Amino acid sequence: MLDYYLIIVLSPLLAAIIAGLFGKQIGRTGAHTVTILGVGVACALSFVVLYQMYWGGAPAENISVYTWAVTDGLRMEIGFLVDRLTALMMVVVTFVSLMVHVYTIGYMHDDPGYQRFFSYISLFTFAMLMLVMANNFLQLFFGWEAVGLVSYLLIGFWYKRETAIFANLKAFLVNRVGDFGFLLGIAAVVLFTNSLDYAEVFRQAGSISEQTIEIIPGQPWNAMTVICILLFIGAMGKSAQAPLHVWLPDSMEGPTPISALIHAATMVTAGIFMVARMSPLYELSVTALGVVIVIGAITAFFMGLLGLIQNDIKRVVAYSTLSQLGYMTVALGASAYGAAIFHLMTHAFFKALLFLAAGSVIIAMHHEQDIRKMGGIRKYMPITYWTSLVGSLALIGAPGLSGFFSKDLLIEAVHESHWRETDVWIYWIAYLSVLIGVFVTALYSFRMFFLVFHGKERMDEATRSHLHETPWVVTVPLVLLAIPSAVIGWITVEPILFGGFFGEAIVVAPEHDVLARLGVEFWQGSLGLVTHAVVTPVFWLAVAGVAAAWFMYLKRPDIPETLYRKFKGLYVLLDRKYYFDDLWIRGFAGGGRKLGDLLWKRGDQFLIDGVLVNGTANSIARLAGVLRQLQSGYLYTYAFAMIIGLTMLLGWLIWLR
Amino acid sequence: MSLATHLLSVLIWLPIAGGIALLLIGDEGDAGSSRAGIMRMTALIVSVATFVLSIGLYTGFDSAATGMQFVERYGWIPAINVDYYLGVDGISAPLILLTTFITPLVVIAGWDSSRVRPAQYFAAFLILEGLMVGVFSALDGILFYVFWEFMLVPMFLIIGVWGGERRIYATLKFFLYTFLGSVLMLVAFIYLYGQAGTFDLLAFADAPLTLAAQKLIFLAFLIAFAVKVPMWPVHTWLPDAHVEAPTGGSVILAAIMLKMGGYGFVRLSLPIVPDGSAYFAGLMIGLSLIAVVYIGLVALMQKDMKKLIAYSSIAHMGFVTLGFFLLWYINGDSGAALGMSGGMVQMVSHGLISGAMFLCVGVLYDRVHSRQIADYGGVANTMPVFAAFMVLFAMANAGLPGTSGFVGEFMVIVASFKANFWIAFLAASTLILGAAYTLWMVKRVVYGEVANDNVAALEDLKGREFLVLGILAVAVLLLGVWPAPLVDMMNVTIEQLLEQVAASKL
Repeated sequence: MLDYYLIIVLSPLLAAIIAGLFGKQIGRTGAHTVTILGVGVACALSFVVLYQMYWGGAPAENISVYTWAVTDGLRMEIGFLVDRLTALMMVVVTFVSLMVHVYTIGYMHDDPGYQRFFSYISLFTFAMLMLVMANNFLQLFFGWEAVGLVSYLLIGFWYKRETAIFANLKAFLVNRVGDFGFLLGIAAVVLFTNSLDYAEVFRQAGSISEQTIEIIPGQPWNAMTVICILLFIGAMGKSAQAPLHVWLPDSMEGPTPISALIHAATMVTAGIFMVARMSPLYELSVTALGVVIVIGAITAFFMGLLGLIQNDIKRVVAYSTLSQLGYMTVALGASAYGAAIFHLMTHAFFKALLFLAAGSVIIAMHHEQDIRKMGGIRKYMPITYWTSLVGSLALIGAPGLSGFFSKDLLIEAVHESHWRETDVWIYWIAYLSVLIGVFVTALYSFRMFFLVFHGKERMDEATRSHLHETPWVVTVPLVLLAIPSAVIGWITVEPILFGGFFGEAIVVAPEHDVLARLGVEFWQGSLGLVTHAVVTPVFWLAVAGVAAAWFMYLKRPDIPETLYRKFKGLYVLLDRKYYFDDLWIRGFAGGGRKLGDLLWKRGDQFLIDGVLVNGTANSIARLAGVLRQLQSGYLYTYAFAMIIGLTMLLGWLIWLR
Repeated sequence: MSLATHLLSVLIWLPIAGGIALLLIGDEGDAGSSRAGIMRMTALIVSVATFVLSIGLYTGFDSAATGMQFVERYGWIPAINVDYYLGVDGISAPLILLTTFITPLVVIAGWDSSRVRPAQYFAAFLILEGLMVGVFSALDGILFYVFWEFMLVPMFLIIGVWGGERRIYATLKFFLYTFLGSVLMLVAFIYLYGQAGTFDLLAFADAPLTLAAQKLIFLAFLIAFAVKVPMWPVHTWLPDAHVEAPTGGSVILAAIMLKMGGYGFVRLSLPIVPDGSAYFAGLMIGLSLIAVVYIGLVALMQKDMKKLIAYSSIAHMGFVTLGFFLLWYINGDSGAALGMSGGMVQMVSHGLISGAMFLCVGVLYDRVHSRQIADYGGVANTMPVFAAFMVLFAMANAGLPGTSGFVGEFMVIVASFKANFWIAFLAASTLILGAAYTLWMVKRVVYGEVANDNVAALEDLKGREFLVLGILAVAVLLLGVWPAPLVDMMNVTIEQLLEQVAASKL
């Protein structure tokens, strides 16, 4: 299978190189043809790999491709670990990427950077595949940083816009804060195992968890906890968990197709994937899992609230993404890794759909993104309308749609998780966050949906007269994403969550294995879950959210106004995004710059150059004034000086002996 | 007498002879004259020939062998046992290759920017190349010292004659710092001669030395090498020198001359005074971390692109010294060689990346005659190809995996975690700081709307500039994707060095 894997990885890379270096020669058609071909091949073969892995019963493969370097007994290699977890990720990544490639033909139609854009998204596909297919930490880190690079390039794609180039620098630096922890985590792995290879590290997992490390002298901490938390800091950056979430809303400065591909469906889920991949490690540190679940819960709930007050269509979806990533993280912390990956998959489809649908509206609105200037678009854009409805319903977990299965079971898993027995505080924080989050999700989703598609037409006349459905290259991907958004859950929930789909890829300690328990005690088939839905609080919370959105934004639009006046303080807190941006930008970045200035002007210029160097030079000048008198021109003075000098030198040498 | 047995001599004396020939022929004309054309063609041919010959050093190198290779040894001053003694191992060979690789690029880059006295300009670079190869291959103390000191002369002239406005201040500062440092090295050599009865650098390593003597010798070496690296707090000559130096001078300075300091530590300090090195290792680690963090913060605030890259160089060289002096702090049986390899890889990689960064600034300077970040903005609009190179090298400078900048830093950070969490913590801060100062500069220079008429009038890369940056880009990516050839070359030598260091002289 190695040939397959190499083709899957290298065909998008090759396409990216061709479109990037020879964009001028091959032209626009050439650029999209070659990249779609590259990603299409990767996608088709990924499906073959998944087929082989699941239906064909092919075993997981762990293959080394080449040796990057060997030194000090540490082998650093490039290689692939392909099991069902990887295969699933490969299919999700390449399929969404393919849809986005096609969609881009329409979205970027008039952009002068057309070829460059295709080159970047193909390069992204390569980097993401390297990340999910890695069999070692080195390559994981390569993919990790490479997707960050492409994200940086794409957020700043319209590099003339000040906001875009601010956002991409911010995104890169905040991610680097996460990567800082991630790299230290990898270093810690090497410290305890002297290996970067997953298989070897997992083999030694037991012995790691028996060791301690004293980061603060006298405080022995469990080595596994330290490793897992450091690695998770990386995941917090990449998967935008609070407080490292600040870059994701700003990343919406990039063109919409990449918001769908990178900042919703794939790259931001890399952290979730990583923790699931590292489940043999995380399972051995309950403390680390506790950190994971609490960070996830905070993100899931508080980021959802921010979605309520956004007026930029893309930012609403962005905060929704943050919140849903929080859900996945909560599932990881509840040891329901399968539920996290399952939600990752369904989310990839419906969130990519929602972003692309938002992009379709944006094209039709001539790049207007403010939902207050939309309304009633439904009748102009039927395909966008219906696909958006599917996406929104899937997001809020309407029974039967994909998001229903993933979210309902995720919440159920948290409900039944071991935390209920082991730590009630963590349990309630997590459970309440994901539960109330359902209401919030429904509210912000349908607030946007109603404001965009229903109600009064609030756009100006010029825009309204040009409103029409977008071309087929845009709508076909919408439909192709709407289909899995609707049905993928029903079909796949049983095998993925309860059929042992992941096999050896995900390791869960028996006492944590909530999914196994649910499978025995709770699961009665897809149809059973749908019919069961009406008696769950989850369902009614979602209904309440939609109803509230309908009441507040269609029926009585004066209510939000009143609420806004009454709770101005709360609104400001939300509008300032809980002041996290200020913390990072003023506190961290501003502080760094002040410190740098201080060190430069006070340290380098004043102390070292001013006092030490030039001060010495001045003293020497003064001393020289005195010594100059010794330079009498008389030979005997010089001879005398030479003798003194030699004696001193010899004396020093003898003294040293 | 065949080429293979005298390869090192050829690599030293061919460029020096070429340089002297250029000086002898001389020229009165400016850069446009046909005579000047012959001069630079000669310089190009000589430097390319040197590089081509130096490939033999790679192909003929036995990476499994211990000890010196390509050895040449003849009596030079028999009275005091001074030999003309050359040889390379896995530590010096990559640095010689770096030197011969960078020099032709500098010659091409200076093709028509050297308007004044082109013959002397190219002669200075050729002679400098030979002297630098001499430093990396000399195994005799006096020979080493002679190359080391003579190296200053062409560099002094390059900055002093072809430099910017404050070149006199910069050259004096450069000269005084480096000269004062190396005088102490000579004193240490003389003392070691007293102990070993020879100036053979390898024999120095076998000479018995007391701890007190080792400490003093270490300090003498430290001053010589710390100035070259440069390490905090003797680093302030570097930003000044870079700012005033012409582009080619900056490239050689950053890419190769800074490596002399790092090379000195591994070739002299560690094997000759292992106990002295152990005694001061804590200090060295501290200074290295100051370089990474303090200098990283200082780099953030620079307004002059060359100063920014100069400070960035100091911060990156901090990883070199950190990697070299970690070994005494590492618990367990592995990690020392990792740090050492990391430091060595970082030297080579920094040579490529900092050279490329200075060339990028040179490209802009040639057009706008300003190094100030504030004078630019939106360069990507008028120079898209250049912008692509600049972003690539900036990412390499920020240590992105897949570029050579990542390899050494990764190894050193992983090794330093084996020593102590907080060392790794401070070292890894480069992930944030390096990205911050490099990419913030890129944001202000490359991205944005066209800032002014100068930027609007910019023309994209000429073929010659494209060639130089393209070659460097390929090298940076190749080394990042597959560093094994370089690492394999060094492994045995590093193991051997570590054994030597582990054996105390007390």
